Amino acid sequence: MREFDYTRPNDLNGALQLLGNLREKAKVIAGGTDLLPLLREDILVPTHVVDISNLAELNFIREENGLIKIGGATKMRSIEKSKIVQHKIPMFADAAQLVGEIGVRNIATLGGNLVNASPAGDTAPPLLVLDASVTLRNSKIERTVRLENFFVHVKKTIVQPDEILTEVKIPIPPSASGGAFLRLAKRGGNIISIVSAAALVSLKNDVCKTVRIAMGSVAPTPIRIPNAEAILENSKPTETKIREAAEKIKQTIKPISDVRASDEYRSETGVTLVRRVLEEACKRAGARN
Amino acid sequence: MKPVQVKFVLNGKEESLSVKPNATLLDMLRNEFRLTGTKKGCDRGDCGACTVQIDGNAVNSCLVLAPQITGKEITTIEGIGSPEKPHPVQQAFLEKDAIQCGYCIPGMIMCAKALLDENPNPSKQEIQSYISGNLCRCTGYLHQIDAIHAASKIGLKN
Repeated sequence: MREFDYTRPNDLNGALQLLGNLREKAKVIAGGTDLLPLLREDILVPTHVVDISNLAELNFIREENGLIKIGGATKMRSIEKSKIVQHKIPMFADAAQLVGEIGVRNIATLGGNLVNASPAGDTAPPLLVLDASVTLRNSKIERTVRLENFFVHVKKTIVQPDEILTEVKIPIPPSASGGAFLRLAKRGGNIISIVSAAALVSLKNDVCKTVRIAMGSVAPTPIRIPNAEAILENSKPTETKIREAAEKIKQTIKPISDVRASDEYRSETGVTLVRRVLEEACKRAGARN
Repeated sequence: MKPVQVKFVLNGKEESLSVKPNATLLDMLRNEFRLTGTKKGCDRGDCGACTVQIDGNAVNSCLVLAPQITGKEITTIEGIGSPEKPHPVQQAFLEKDAIQCGYCIPGMIMCAKALLDENPNPSKQEIQSYISGNLCRCTGYLHQIDAIHAASKIGLKN
């Protein structure tokens, strides 16, 4: 690991001032679970590391005005154990539990998982279907952006060098809705997803009103799949319709072949995963077939 | 690179020393304190051999910068038992033949201890899931899961 200076600011303003001065020369460390391997391999070579892991202002989970708000430096383990998350957005508690393993989740943060922008990041697909937004702040202003507009490319987001992801805002889904997240990986824990899928369905009179589908590891960024969603919207979620929607993802996804799987394998298993999350989401939403 | 003064509690004892910011907690434990029970396997958070407890939570010490631990309480394998008086998890690992080459064992035991501190009566399924980040290339895990389960039955009172 190259040499750098380390600073632990006392509050968020201090951290933002520092980043405003240092900009590209600095890297923010929260959990460090993605950052440390990158520093060790000299993929990132900052002259300063700014530690925000202990800032209370970034560490919270609360319910406010129909939103679940989670601080950027909140640990994955706190999210999976949170009663608010378990009750209001159970799909997200499930996903938080699948990030890394216990020794990672005890330090890894939600903001870090998003800013790292891995195509395989496990928090992104559920947050995309929940239509979450992220708040980014620099020393002068704050902006809130829908997660759908946050990822730019593999490991690239819209976050500027002087900004910190301070908060994730998740709208609580209406009562007759259900969500599910599933991933395919070579083992149960501590492994990168080969393909992942999330779905959120809300029903009215047994007809799908809102349908949102998102996937990980099938494109340069985690993505929504609008053409598959459209198949189910305003339809009864019959087995045939769900199969048709799942098959439709093949027109949108652009999976690659790598050490974990071939593009064809990702494509075929992706269809199955989407079918299963749709079935589960409909079941949880209260569908009667 | 300015050295950073870190103050923390290590195995129940207050410590203060000057560290290079680019040292990991793992390297500091092994090189500065000679606590070599904590093993370096992959050095990138994949294997769990370097697991220690930070404020009671199991953490991969290779993923933490040494200066980050200021104000925290660190427990390593050296802090939980001795040959004369092993920790119940250590005792159970011996009794259940849960050790082969031994390299993963300190990390596995620290993870198991964190589990039992948090949940004194885990199911075998819960044990399996909790230690999923501790890779063992010898045993196939069954004896270790049995040992952790047995330790939970003995309890952690002694």
